[in-house]
Amino acid sequence: MSLIEAEKAEKIFHQNGKEFTAFTDISLKIEKGEFICLLGPSGCGKSTLLNAMAGFDPVTSGSIKIDGKEVKEPSVKYVTIFQNYGLLPWRTVQKNVELGLEQNQKLSKQERQEIAEKYIELVGLSNFRKHHPKQLSGGMQQRVSIARALAVDPEIVFMDEPFGALDAITRMKLQDDILKISRTEKKTIIFVTHDIEEAVYLADRIVILTPNPGKLKCVYEVPLKGYRERTSGDFLQVRDKIFELFNMKPENKIEYVI
Amino acid sequence: MKKLNSLKHVVVSFAVLILLWQLLFSVSHFNEALFPSPLKAFRALIEMIGDGSLFRHIGTSMYRFAAGYISAIVIAVLLGLLLGWFSKAFQYINPIVQLLRPISPTAWMPFIVLWFGIGDIPAIVIIFIAGFFPVLLSTVAAVGNIDPIYFKVSKNFGIRQPELMWKIIFPAAFPQIANGIHLALGTSWIFLVAGEMVGAQSGLGYLIIDARNNLRTDILLATIVVIGLIGLLLDGLLKILEKQIMKAWGGGTA
Repeated sequence: MSLIEAEKAEKIFHQNGKEFTAFTDISLKIEKGEFICLLGPSGCGKSTLLNAMAGFDPVTSGSIKIDGKEVKEPSVKYVTIFQNYGLLPWRTVQKNVELGLEQNQKLSKQERQEIAEKYIELVGLSNFRKHHPKQLSGGMQQRVSIARALAVDPEIVFMDEPFGALDAITRMKLQDDILKISRTEKKTIIFVTHDIEEAVYLADRIVILTPNPGKLKCVYEVPLKGYRERTSGDFLQVRDKIFELFNMKPENKIEYVI
Repeated sequence: MKKLNSLKHVVVSFAVLILLWQLLFSVSHFNEALFPSPLKAFRALIEMIGDGSLFRHIGTSMYRFAAGYISAIVIAVLLGLLLGWFSKAFQYINPIVQLLRPISPTAWMPFIVLWFGIGDIPAIVIIFIAGFFPVLLSTVAAVGNIDPIYFKVSKNFGIRQPELMWKIIFPAAFPQIANGIHLALGTSWIFLVAGEMVGAQSGLGYLIIDARNNLRTDILLATIVVIGLIGLLLDGLLKILEKQIMKAWGGGTA
């Protein structure tokens, strides 16, 4: 049995008496420990699909199962990281990371603090524990929210365009970090993005979605293993392949042949 | 430097006002029984301070104000949080609130005096009514305006009621609630005087009525100035308090 199984999953919204299909007929299996990118242009239902998997907004027909159980509501076992961080501005970094741990009655206050400190250190913000989110840059705020998600030791981390609001250089740095973390912490990561390069850089497999309505085009297994060089020939080839799958590659690219 | 500058503005504006006012009395033959000169009002102020009556009345008024204002805040915030959360229930209660809100608290005065007699209670009740509605409505609105992402995060981490209320809803709504609390301070202070003018035998409002009955326009005006100054002072204190709290809240509105 796979960790996540989607069977003919469909999500239909009703708005002002009109039906709107966010995605339809999506069948998919995701294994434990995989890094999966959901890739597609806006309107392909990738975020809606993520929301359905994470339990915020379950499917209207078909099914999505995690560990063999139908997903009906969010659980602390699967934590979602949002594009706009979702940090509580009135809490310090330390207290934000402790948020999810406070529900665990088995932990003492001291243990809670220690776990939070460990994950704050993991994302490299030990010097900012007493700061409030507003005093940090966007990249640092997203690190806090990553630390907060990891602190509760979830099986799956869902990430909804987490680096979409960051500048290019910060984004690359965070991509490296999340890769490193996914390997050391051995988490299953489902990552929504519309950035092809980001998907190629991060994913073991890329789930390619097409819009109107959102449909699964194919699941592409990235042939690159381990650490990837953004400028290497292999990398560019894979990227080209994805462009092709989106029918975005110009037909006559070659102007002359030697 | 900025503080020094604004202090300069305050000093100059009051100095010019008092100077012009005194000057008008010097050049014309305005009857001081109709409106006192600043000098006469100042003498009355000194007189009231000297015999201790002023501070006695201020003390009484402040006690009533604190009782009415603070109880209004506590009850309105608690009720507002509940009604904000149970927004369906609020849709039924809102029409009643909207009907009651534009009624001046003093309109209830005859009833209040009938029920509670004369003394501290009528003034406290008037202040309570004046402060209650702005705080209630801003709290309900604040809860409705909370960014849905906080609820998503709470749901993800399994935070449910009643914890959700004090861990997420109250702090998230607080900056907007604070606005309502600040607004209510001014309204409550205004109605303190009105409440004491009718239903009390002491306090700043009573001082006004007493001065009128004795045709002491100088005491009347001195009291009016004192009421204004205390209002200003309360507003300043609340601003400082607000700033401190906002700092603990991570700076600025959410």
